[in-house]
Amino acid sequence: MSGQPLLEVTDLVKNFPIKSGVFIDREVARVHAVDGVSLVLHEGETLGLVGESGCGKSTLCRAILQLIRPTSGSVRFEGQELVGRSPRELRPLRRQMQMIFQDPFASLNPRKRVGQIVGDPMRLHGVADGAQLKRRVQELLDRVGLQAEHYNRYPHEFSGGQRQRIGIARALGTQPKLIIADEPVSALDVSVQAQIINLLEDLQREFGMAYLFVAHDLGVVRHVSDRVAVMYLGKIVEQADSDTLYARPRHPYTHALLSAVPIPDPRKNAARERITLEGDVPSPIDPPPGCHFHTRCASATDICRHNEPVLVTDDTGHAIACHHPL
Amino acid sequence: MLRFAVRRTVGMVSVLFAISVIVFLIFNVIPNSDPAARIAGKNANPALIARVRVDLGLDQSLPVQYLTMMKQIFTGQLTSYSSDQNVAQQIWKGLPVTLSLCIGAALLWMALAVWFGYLSAVRAGRFTDRALTILALVGISLPVFWLAAILLYYLSFKAQLFPTGSYVPLTENPVQWAYHLILPWLTLAVLYVGFYSRVLRSNMLDAMNEDYVRTARAKGITERQVRLRHVLRNSMIPVVTLFGLDFGAVVGGGAILTETVFNLNGVGLYAGQAIGKLDLPPLMAVTMFGAFFIVLFNGIVDILYAVLDPRIRLGEAAPA
Amino acid sequence: MSPILSVTDLRVGFATDDGVVRAVDGVSFDLNPGEVVAIVGESGCGKSVTAQTLMGLTRSPNTTISGSVVFGGRDLTQLPDNELRSLRGEHIAMIFQDPMTSLNPVYRVGDQIAEMIRAHRQVSKKDAVARAVELLRSVGIPNPERRVRDYPHEFSGGMRQRVMIAMALALEPEVLIADEPTTALDVTIQAQILGLLRTLNREKNVSVVLITHDLGVVAEIADKVVVMYAGQVVEEAPLEALFYQPRHPYTWGLLGSIPRPDEARPDRLTQIPGQPPSLLDPPTGCRFAARCEYAFDDCTRLPPLRARRGDAGHLDRCWLTTDPRAANQ
Repeated sequence: MSGQPLLEVTDLVKNFPIKSGVFIDREVARVHAVDGVSLVLHEGETLGLVGESGCGKSTLCRAILQLIRPTSGSVRFEGQELVGRSPRELRPLRRQMQMIFQDPFASLNPRKRVGQIVGDPMRLHGVADGAQLKRRVQELLDRVGLQAEHYNRYPHEFSGGQRQRIGIARALGTQPKLIIADEPVSALDVSVQAQIINLLEDLQREFGMAYLFVAHDLGVVRHVSDRVAVMYLGKIVEQADSDTLYARPRHPYTHALLSAVPIPDPRKNAARERITLEGDVPSPIDPPPGCHFHTRCASATDICRHNEPVLVTDDTGHAIACHHPL
Repeated sequence: MLRFAVRRTVGMVSVLFAISVIVFLIFNVIPNSDPAARIAGKNANPALIARVRVDLGLDQSLPVQYLTMMKQIFTGQLTSYSSDQNVAQQIWKGLPVTLSLCIGAALLWMALAVWFGYLSAVRAGRFTDRALTILALVGISLPVFWLAAILLYYLSFKAQLFPTGSYVPLTENPVQWAYHLILPWLTLAVLYVGFYSRVLRSNMLDAMNEDYVRTARAKGITERQVRLRHVLRNSMIPVVTLFGLDFGAVVGGGAILTETVFNLNGVGLYAGQAIGKLDLPPLMAVTMFGAFFIVLFNGIVDILYAVLDPRIRLGEAAPA
Repeated sequence: MSPILSVTDLRVGFATDDGVVRAVDGVSFDLNPGEVVAIVGESGCGKSVTAQTLMGLTRSPNTTISGSVVFGGRDLTQLPDNELRSLRGEHIAMIFQDPMTSLNPVYRVGDQIAEMIRAHRQVSKKDAVARAVELLRSVGIPNPERRVRDYPHEFSGGMRQRVMIAMALALEPEVLIADEPTTALDVTIQAQILGLLRTLNREKNVSVVLITHDLGVVAEIADKVVVMYAGQVVEEAPLEALFYQPRHPYTWGLLGSIPRPDEARPDRLTQIPGQPPSLLDPPTGCRFAARCEYAFDDCTRLPPLRARRGDAGHLDRCWLTTDPRAANQ
């Protein structure tokens, strides 16, 4: 990995205002969807992002790609700042960053043919046109495991797994350096999931792009990622390389999360120490003061209720935001 | 709730203002609308017309005329150009008639629509459903005035089953009151029964596929209870809100054709006559009256929706 | 000990414009008292249809049901509607996948539970709601006296599922059918709900039929596992036998394709090529043969679901008698 990271996110914040008022809407509260996230991604590596619903991982993806305008913070791609740039300035950079979405049924325009869906990004960025474009699209379709004849079909004629392949082909067209995959296999059956995961890994080996892989399935994330970051209520609470995080989690939330995942191995399951978190995830509108996790944490003390812990990285690259790491 | 009420009131005032201005301007642009000329009579000379104009205040500038008229409306002193009747009084006299017609028709159409819609949904695809669908489509397609005229001709004139229009006040003779209104009620209801039964049928068919209906069946309650308490209850919400809007529109002047054919001296008939004579004051007043009712019912419908569907809180968007 | 629920050769077909979809095409299993049986499979395999058919929820003019579902000495598939209805909720109860849409949004939660109770017992509304409060308490909902008057949308996903469970167990049924109860929930909430189901199974002796696609969930609470593929049962075994000595190639493929959070990454996940067959026109032989790397000539005939000698509890629908993978290692 070269010196300069491909993607560098620093203190990214995204709030959604909640407005109310009699005559004029005034902001009465905020959804703190992303509450100060920093991360780094190098070329060719896969960073996994896990968290439960409401933790802000989808918003983070969109904020990084400037699909939503961040409230504050910085996103540097290949050294260039993205936040605050106009759409025109962002355009050439968009070639290098693409996204794969979760819902294979909703993310493809049902009125467009597959060839058009896959070819549009290339055409818009001036990568190819006309007959050359068609050839390139067919090559991509073939590469993702579909057939060249599928060029003229409509999305509804395909299964969920095939549609996800179309989405992947679309993302590959402009040969991006970064692909953000937002829960790309969550909506798929286990056997199809395996096919798609293998495909994504093969493509990474061949083309060398970096992945930011968002998922809630901890097994999937461990399998695909070099490093993993854990999000809770808009913040990253722990980050480390895959094997270390899973073998020796240091944040109580990570520990609880890993312990909650049922393993497809009855003896191992029964032998494990299981921690069950009480209660529900607090709302991102009014996150608990101090450490956001203290309301559900067995090790919470006074300092946790008042002081927000900072994400601190040790010399092995293991980052943790906790007053009492395990 | 306060937020909602304040916003709606502000909205209503704005709407009424906008409508009054638009009606006023349109009226002053229509050719042949110079009231002075008509009032003065066919053989009037320009001098007479000019005098009449001054009398009616038509020589003032448009904004002044507008303000004067608004003042007169709100103080109840608005007088028609063609007769000397006080507009407010005329509307007041016509109101019981219009309300009798509209409320009666509304009750009839809702009762029939719910019954037919429910039957259609429950026996979807079978003969009952197909028959009711055809009936509904016929009902929607029949022009109101044509139906009124046909009913009047065959059932009143020819068969002498019903009186030929005109109105008997409720307080005078309830039986006669109803007897005179049966045909008008039917006429007005036919269109809406068709439309509403289709809407209800469609809503019910959707609701039947919902997960909570499956849960209800899994609880072991009877099929009829499932249909009434779960399917119908949830399907009625959009129907009730539609009803509020339509009822507001009907009272506000939508019954004009029915009233005219059956010679019922309601607000609609009054408006019809005013249109024929190009008489601005009654027209203005009736339009404002209609707009007021529609906006009012809009507000009521929103409140009702929030009552019927606990997920809705007033002033916020509905859940996805 | 005789089974509390006994399903034999269940077949369910739906008539559509394109023909008959054979959603369930030969499913048999037994549920013993106090047992948790997990039916596992991917989408389209017929597990949900099986679950719903047990309670008669799939009955309609377009549906043909054959085979038998024996409960309390009676075949439920032959029961008239009103008798079946009186069983529902009282003896066999069901909870569904999406708690958000499975509760009626316009009625209070207490009223919905009370409705269930009053459908089967002669109690006043007041008493039924009081019982609802107790039920909510028993499933771990804090402040049940207050929450009983809340509407479903005022609960979080996990809480809603607890409400569904409370409602299902209101009349202390013998059997609970849970159709993907935790699929829509976060993993930490899933752990809570599975813990609750396990407690209820042990303390109240409710027998459970659990439908899921997640083998982790199966490993967590099942006693016995039934694997379904393309409308048929392809393997049935006690929990450990299924995970440690699986016999059907589909089960091998399924187990191999799950990325495990507790193991270091293999280079590639085992993937099962292709897709499940159409249920409109299923193949006449083994339905998995087209995707099976161990298929041979016999596979053009449909194998029966049977046990190997000496191992009566472990059934599989495959012609193989030894494990070909052992030879490859």
